[in-house]
Amino acid sequence: MEFSVNHPIIFVLVGVIVAVVLGQSVYFLLKALRRSKQLGMDQTKIKKTIRTAAIFTIAPAVAIVISVITLSKKLGVALPWLRLSVVGSMSYETIAATNALQAMGQSLGSSTALSAQQYVNVLLVMTISILVGIWLVPVVSKKLQSGMATLGKRDAKWADIFQNSLFIGMISAFLGFVFCNMYMLWTPSARFLTETVVENGVEVEKQIAVPATYGLVPVCVMIVSALVMVICGLLMKKPKLKWLSEYALPISLVLGMAAAIPLTAWLS
Amino acid sequence: MKKNLSYMDSVHRDGTIWNLSVMALLLAFPVTVAIFFGVMPDWAALLSGLIATAPLYWVVGVIETVTFVPMLGAGGSYLSFVTGNISNLKLPCALNALEQNGVSANSEEGEVISTIAIATSSIVTTLIIIIGVICIVPLTPVLEAPVLEPAFQQILPALFGGLGVAFVSKNWKIAVAPILLMLILFIFIPALNEGTVGIMVPVSALFTIAVARIMYKRGAL
Repeated sequence: MEFSVNHPIIFVLVGVIVAVVLGQSVYFLLKALRRSKQLGMDQTKIKKTIRTAAIFTIAPAVAIVISVITLSKKLGVALPWLRLSVVGSMSYETIAATNALQAMGQSLGSSTALSAQQYVNVLLVMTISILVGIWLVPVVSKKLQSGMATLGKRDAKWADIFQNSLFIGMISAFLGFVFCNMYMLWTPSARFLTETVVENGVEVEKQIAVPATYGLVPVCVMIVSALVMVICGLLMKKPKLKWLSEYALPISLVLGMAAAIPLTAWLS
Repeated sequence: MKKNLSYMDSVHRDGTIWNLSVMALLLAFPVTVAIFFGVMPDWAALLSGLIATAPLYWVVGVIETVTFVPMLGAGGSYLSFVTGNISNLKLPCALNALEQNGVSANSEEGEVISTIAIATSSIVTTLIIIIGVICIVPLTPVLEAPVLEPAFQQILPALFGGLGVAFVSKNWKIAVAPILLMLILFIFIPALNEGTVGIMVPVSALFTIAVARIMYKRGAL
């Protein structure tokens, strides 16, 4: 059988796995919906929750499609489709594929097509490396969840603060990350990006100069998104505009992303 | 109370079955490809590829599991660790849903709400990727248009700006110290960047819990 990264059989195999994972999502959705009825939760609120989650997901999901396109140039369409539908992310898969290929004298950027053996190696390195979460969750989640429940029984107020502290901690780390290239403002020697480009079929690392204000782009994008959220919050207080609460996060996300286009042109 | 326990127990039981099944399928995939095309892995290269990749991923995987499971709830955890994209999609989605519904993540209502949000998000993501894969030829020039590139590059700042306002405004007392600490660290340590933000999440979470505990003990919360 002649191998190609886009061989129909690979699509069939990936299709089966993606279908099972889709099945799991539908199963859990139905299970939770059933439970929400048993608990007597307000079903209009549940519908709103579904609508908001769906709308909010669109922009990040399109970004994932772009990652599939980027990776598909070397690995075919089927493998990135699987990796980004199940567990993976763009940066993880790029590193895993690069390491797997490098060990065989291949590279992500080169134009030499992958052999079946190289493909199997990439698959194995990606799969074995990424599987931890899938089996670790069944092992630890019951313990962690019951730990949280015990905490709640002992001191309900502290349990809530504890939970919010986790969330705030996560958000703080990402807010800090937004500022991670600010130091370019006062560090002239840091004002470049390293990009891997392919020249005559060989990968070369190139340094591309960027202006001092490069690191301000994400900061300004974040400010725009935050301001949009504040405005939505104020508008929501009017009874007529209460429906905005459903869309506040998707709106601030999309407007922030849109603002990135002129901001990038201006600052970098 | 008995019913309450049994729902959570059934979530754990079903989640375990689903996750282990998906894991078996994922491992069967490379094996099937190898058998179908009649090749064996290049064992030496596999070993060196794994040594370069797996230890780091496993450490990150363990840290992520312990950090994210208490935030995602039970059902949300089983799903999120199968479908991925946790910090950039599933967790913000769940947080927004909890906050919109005004329920505590610790309650069973919170568990149900976050599962619904994460399951919906997983389904929509999977469907959009399927559409993308089917329409990859006409979509590629549109999605790779240079004019759109900055928008998709800045998705995290655009996401956490809005989410930050929604969450920090309600918990500002415990948020001041961790935000200041993270700002200082990320601004002045060049090694902290997109690749290392994942490691800073548990650091920041532990710091926030410590600060909140001190404030709580002093009656400041």
